[in-house]
Amino acid sequence: MHDYINLIGVLQETQEECGYLRKDRLEELSAKLEIPLSRIYSVATYYKSFSLIPPAKHTVTVCMGTACYVRGAPRIVERISQILNIRPGETTPDSMFKLETVNCLGACALGPLVVIDGEYYGEMSPQKIGGIINNYR
Amino acid sequence: MSNKALKETVISVAGGTCGLASGAGKVREAFAAELGQRELNIPCILTGCKGFCAVEPIVTIGDIFYCRVKPEDAGRIIDETVIKGNLVEDLLFESEGNRFSTVDTIPFYKDQKRWLLELTGKIDPTSIDDYIREGGYESLKKALAMEPEQIIEAIKKSGLRGRGGGGFPTGRKWESCRNSTYSETRYIICNADEGDPGCFQDRSILEGNPHLVIEGMVIGGYAVGTGEGYIYVRAEYPLAVKHLEIALQQAREKGFLGKNILDSGFDFDITIVRGAGAFVCGESSALFASVEGRLGEPRVKHIHGTDKGLWDKPTTLNNVKTWASVPLIIKKGADWFASVGTETSKGTMIFSLVGKVKNTGLVEVPMGITLRELIFNIGGGILGDKRFKAVQTGGPSGGCLPESCLDLPVDYEALTDAGSMMGSGGMVVMDEDTCMVQVARYFLAFTQEESCGKCSPCSEGTYLMLKILDKFIAGKADEEDLKNLEEISRMVKETALCGLGKSAPNPVLTTLRYFRDEYLAHIEGKCPAGVCPALIRYEIDPEKCTGCNLCFQNCPQDAIEGEKKQPHKIIQDKCIKCGICLEVCKFDAVLKQ
Repeated sequence: MHDYINLIGVLQETQEECGYLRKDRLEELSAKLEIPLSRIYSVATYYKSFSLIPPAKHTVTVCMGTACYVRGAPRIVERISQILNIRPGETTPDSMFKLETVNCLGACALGPLVVIDGEYYGEMSPQKIGGIINNYR
Repeated sequence: MSNKALKETVISVAGGTCGLASGAGKVREAFAAELGQRELNIPCILTGCKGFCAVEPIVTIGDIFYCRVKPEDAGRIIDETVIKGNLVEDLLFESEGNRFSTVDTIPFYKDQKRWLLELTGKIDPTSIDDYIREGGYESLKKALAMEPEQIIEAIKKSGLRGRGGGGFPTGRKWESCRNSTYSETRYIICNADEGDPGCFQDRSILEGNPHLVIEGMVIGGYAVGTGEGYIYVRAEYPLAVKHLEIALQQAREKGFLGKNILDSGFDFDITIVRGAGAFVCGESSALFASVEGRLGEPRVKHIHGTDKGLWDKPTTLNNVKTWASVPLIIKKGADWFASVGTETSKGTMIFSLVGKVKNTGLVEVPMGITLRELIFNIGGGILGDKRFKAVQTGGPSGGCLPESCLDLPVDYEALTDAGSMMGSGGMVVMDEDTCMVQVARYFLAFTQEESCGKCSPCSEGTYLMLKILDKFIAGKADEEDLKNLEEISRMVKETALCGLGKSAPNPVLTTLRYFRDEYLAHIEGKCPAGVCPALIRYEIDPEKCTGCNLCFQNCPQDAIEGEKKQPHKIIQDKCIKCGICLEVCKFDAVLKQ
């Protein structure tokens, strides 16, 4: 196979180990792989699946795929934002919840779909989501 | 059932991502437990997706099709169907008073042509033996006995075109790559970076029948003349990656991959590269950059990827469905493949049929079928029997087609002429409750977010368009905005660097073309579909309100007042138009105006 460093793959492994891309680990990688830290940083911030901050205890992911969208996903995001007082992409100050939106989880028949820590909640509504989030507090 | 039949019985639980999300895993566990209790040695396998997402979890035994199966149903299915051979009536698919006992009679499946999806949902995707038993890798044996040029000729003759969006003739792409004089080293890549929102056909194939794609790639590698292949998979598809890894390992063990494949002297292997969440990486030059471990930014393509692709070497990049079509063409012949379809579009196409349609799912149809047949016969019509408004094909790069386009055939040229595109197979159905300005904004917001920022027409142009659409949604737009929106859309379409940017204005341009009256209504301060919050208000009908207090309790803004058992009232200044009151009211007393 072609002799090269798959930087994205290396970063994915690093993130799987620590949950996020810790600065000291990136510095180690830079020294070890002889890749400038600035280049690692540019890749780490370009791709959406990388994070430079520690993960929250619970990740709330709202699917914003087209099917979920036409079935009312924006209203769910709006409601969760209001309950947790954060915008999509943000983490609560106590690191309990992170709110994420994703383009499509491919479970379109269940839309609108919310996933909390890998657990799927289908056919959500702004009313139902409040109680579900409370169960994770 | 007779002893012989019992011996051959296999219980299949559909376990694609959507099936698992609906509880297929628990259903399978229940079967295993119930079979154990009865000391029955019958296999219960978790297959890939059966495609009919709307009625998951699905269990099939031979041709018998049970839907919405719960774990507690496992015992009765075993006792009644497996042992006695009777049907469990209440688990059959039901539509308009009719019950359907077998797969091929169900309207959703009846008009489909499941070529690529034939084995998806039938075999255990983690077992290469299952695939081989169904004739798998026979095409590879046949291909290795042919000359590479003969294979390319067959692919050209079949009329197969790229299933990822562009629709470029596959055989010609292979030929250019094989004959390229830029370098002796070549690569082939499978593009599985399925980033379109509302699209999951590539995922389903990779999860449900990974060997079909691998077989297609080995044949392609032999035809193009390379020993190295890559599969670029989207980061969000962990199950697909897992099944691919298992399949690659099994294929190596059986000698279908690696050195001297089937004693032919041909060496070939495949590496999986996981994407990291960037839609633009589905674009060829951005994908090459990403595989190389760099930023996924497109470049100007004066020279085609078939001459200068991955690491500047001649590269053949094809979509999952394109690769998956290859073994079928080799096995059954180019004429067989070309016998289905229209003049310029041959074979079958897989669509993710989603949105406001009754039978949500993955459908494989012959090219040339009309949109109407697809949505109303296979899809079963609109949810809640509402009125059809538009169908969006081609993902964020495609367009919205109105009712007047419903009799168009599924054909690359016909869809492009209507302002949309085939794309990689997303099909989103919208009903009368969908605001087309919001839909245009939704897709544009997606491409704006995913714009890599390299060229200004795309990064700045889509931003400006988004701001104008926001004015429409807020009810603050005028005729001038409409003119600007059209002008900027055309500018972006003509001058953006890559396919993502060039096609980004399509949703706006098609909604302007077919649903202009909705834009004009927004200028007048009305949202005909009743969606845009700034242009609607909620009221309580004092005649119908019983004062049950339910809306009062659920309102997140404390925007509802009124004594118990007295008609309530909405305080408009506080209302954020979330619609919860409308949703919870049991007396239809909340009105949206």
